[in-house]
Amino acid sequence: MEELQLKNLYDNFRDGDTIKAFAKIIAEDAKKLKKPINIMEVCGGHTHTIMKFGLPQLLPKNVNFIHGPGCPVCIMPKERIDHAYVLSMQENVILVTLGDMIKVPGSNGSLQDARAKGADVRFVYSPMECIKIAQDNSDKTVIFFAIGFETTTPMTAVLVDQVIKSKISNILFHINHVTVPEVMVELIDSRDVHVDSYNNEIDAFLGPSHVSVIAGSKIYDKFPKDYGRPVVVTGFEPVDAMEGISMIVKQFVEKRCELEVQYKRVVNHDGNLKAQDLINTYFEKMSLFRWRGLGNVPDSGLKLKDEYEKYDAEKIYKSVLPIAEIEDHKLCICGDILRGMAKPQECTIFGTACKPTTPIGSCMVSSEGACAAYYKYGNLI
Amino acid sequence: MTKTITIAHGNGGEENNELIKKVFYKHFENDILSKSEDAAVIENGKLAFTTDSFTVSPLFFPGGDIGKLAVCGTCNDLAMMGAKPKYMTCSVIIEEGFPTRDLEKIVKSMKKELEINGAIVVSGDTKVVPRGSVDKLFINTTGIGEIEYKGISASHLKDGMSIFVSRDVGTHGATIFAAREGIELESKLQTDCASLYPEVKKLIDSGIEIIALRDATRGGVSAVLNEWAKSSDVCIEVVEESIPVQEEVRGICEMLGFEAVDLANEGTYVLCVPKKDEAKALEVLQETHKTSTLIATVSEQYKGRVLLNSSWGTKRFLDLPTGELLPRIC
Repeated sequence: MEELQLKNLYDNFRDGDTIKAFAKIIAEDAKKLKKPINIMEVCGGHTHTIMKFGLPQLLPKNVNFIHGPGCPVCIMPKERIDHAYVLSMQENVILVTLGDMIKVPGSNGSLQDARAKGADVRFVYSPMECIKIAQDNSDKTVIFFAIGFETTTPMTAVLVDQVIKSKISNILFHINHVTVPEVMVELIDSRDVHVDSYNNEIDAFLGPSHVSVIAGSKIYDKFPKDYGRPVVVTGFEPVDAMEGISMIVKQFVEKRCELEVQYKRVVNHDGNLKAQDLINTYFEKMSLFRWRGLGNVPDSGLKLKDEYEKYDAEKIYKSVLPIAEIEDHKLCICGDILRGMAKPQECTIFGTACKPTTPIGSCMVSSEGACAAYYKYGNLI
Repeated sequence: MTKTITIAHGNGGEENNELIKKVFYKHFENDILSKSEDAAVIENGKLAFTTDSFTVSPLFFPGGDIGKLAVCGTCNDLAMMGAKPKYMTCSVIIEEGFPTRDLEKIVKSMKKELEINGAIVVSGDTKVVPRGSVDKLFINTTGIGEIEYKGISASHLKDGMSIFVSRDVGTHGATIFAAREGIELESKLQTDCASLYPEVKKLIDSGIEIIALRDATRGGVSAVLNEWAKSSDVCIEVVEESIPVQEEVRGICEMLGFEAVDLANEGTYVLCVPKKDEAKALEVLQETHKTSTLIATVSEQYKGRVLLNSSWGTKRFLDLPTGELLPRIC
């Protein structure tokens, strides 16, 4: 058998002619739409694809995107970022986290700033790297500040599993994992305080494929059934995204409301059961998790089960961790953007006071945040 | 400016520019410095003069080491001004406990690279500092070169001109990233680190008109194109698909969420020539690297900006890389 190369995974999915062909199909179908449709891409990775590849330039005027809250860094409330900062400043602590997290400013600054002040802050691509760091620094405590949706949770669970089974005594966890379906429900049910109504503009969802690789497409069953919103689980390459969009438009034209999977090459209904088991072994739902800009969302966050509390940095360092909720800057509209009620350019500080180099709101921090994507790629739309 | 300096201020992109302008140019300002070319042109255009400090982790990486980098970096800055590297200084700051054998290995690789350039080290300095004061070894080199081709400048680009890259891009950045702690990627990639003077000599000897020449180090090809677009007040229109990127580099970019055009190179340059010399330039470039190709043309559509055109008819601006290069989360 010929060896599978990385390029096989994306080469054909960026083909110009295929993308143009989908654009044509969407344009034809969209003529039959009675009213414009707004598609929320839940995941920041999709926002990034959509903006990077300029897809809105290819879509008819009556097919719009609403950029959802699926960016793990963007939804972290400031008080939790402060947790990371405070933990990194503790003596003999090495704080380890993933990529962009080190850039987000909390109320004292970002982890990058903490590092500049002498804290030992490291980023890893895979949480398993923590084991090597812990072995090389046996006199220090490694705290893994875990963030992310269903996609990164299994990696943290595997690390917890290893730490417990190999009796590694100097790795602790600060868990900030969140889940997608609960926040989608929150967005549908959300009340706009400005007009005091429950009207949201979301007509359909583009579901992130990598979340369903783990959790299966089953997590979206209820959206077409109970909430009247079609969901198409879609991959991250531009051809995937265009096909996903065309499948949604077709559902509206044909008056269907279903859960469909565009990313059939990997996603099935049940997902990765082994990963789900591992997650359920170590984690349980938090009754409330506060999302930046969205407030408390029931059942949307995970924490270590009580029986593993000796690994829980949130409990061990409780006395030094701030608890007060911190609101965003008054002018920042990240909350409205995450709810899909505003576009980044509608913010008065977008691109002026708030830029990727000096982010005020969280959506500007991560490359997957809607504001950062608009800032970087959106200037020609 | 932020109150403290962060890693992002050394990224070769926007924050780096801010640091240079708001702290250094503010006090050092003079006509030669403010041209902000790869090397300063002094003595009525006879000499090129430049300096560079080198810190890299790991010190030894596939295809090179900090010593090779320290000679290539400075000599390439001279070559990019059309100069033949002649004399260099070499200052090292060494952390207590550094293995002598490694130091000698590094100096030997400097010597080898100096020979390729036909340059010699004529002055130097060593400092040893207590453990923890530097990360193993820092090297500074300063170089003087004799200008053989005059008038190369970032501010002479005009409508209709053609822009090439000398080979596939992003290799050094991807190699270093894959070799870094915390990433643990297995790869066969080698840095592109190389002395460019011999290639520049070929270009000069071929008789083509060289408008601009710059090695795409920190900040990558995007930084070079953006600087040129700004300095010359023109639009640089890039055909995205034409940018040559090795499969393995592309793979690493896909995995980590980077763009090859933002990644550093240490032996790759960008060349601008008039349309009339397009064919000849390509021929000369491809004699050294088959992957060399035309990637962009100069226009006046959006002045001061770099425009990326996709094969499916969309366009977007290519901006300077910002922030610290961090792998994406999921």
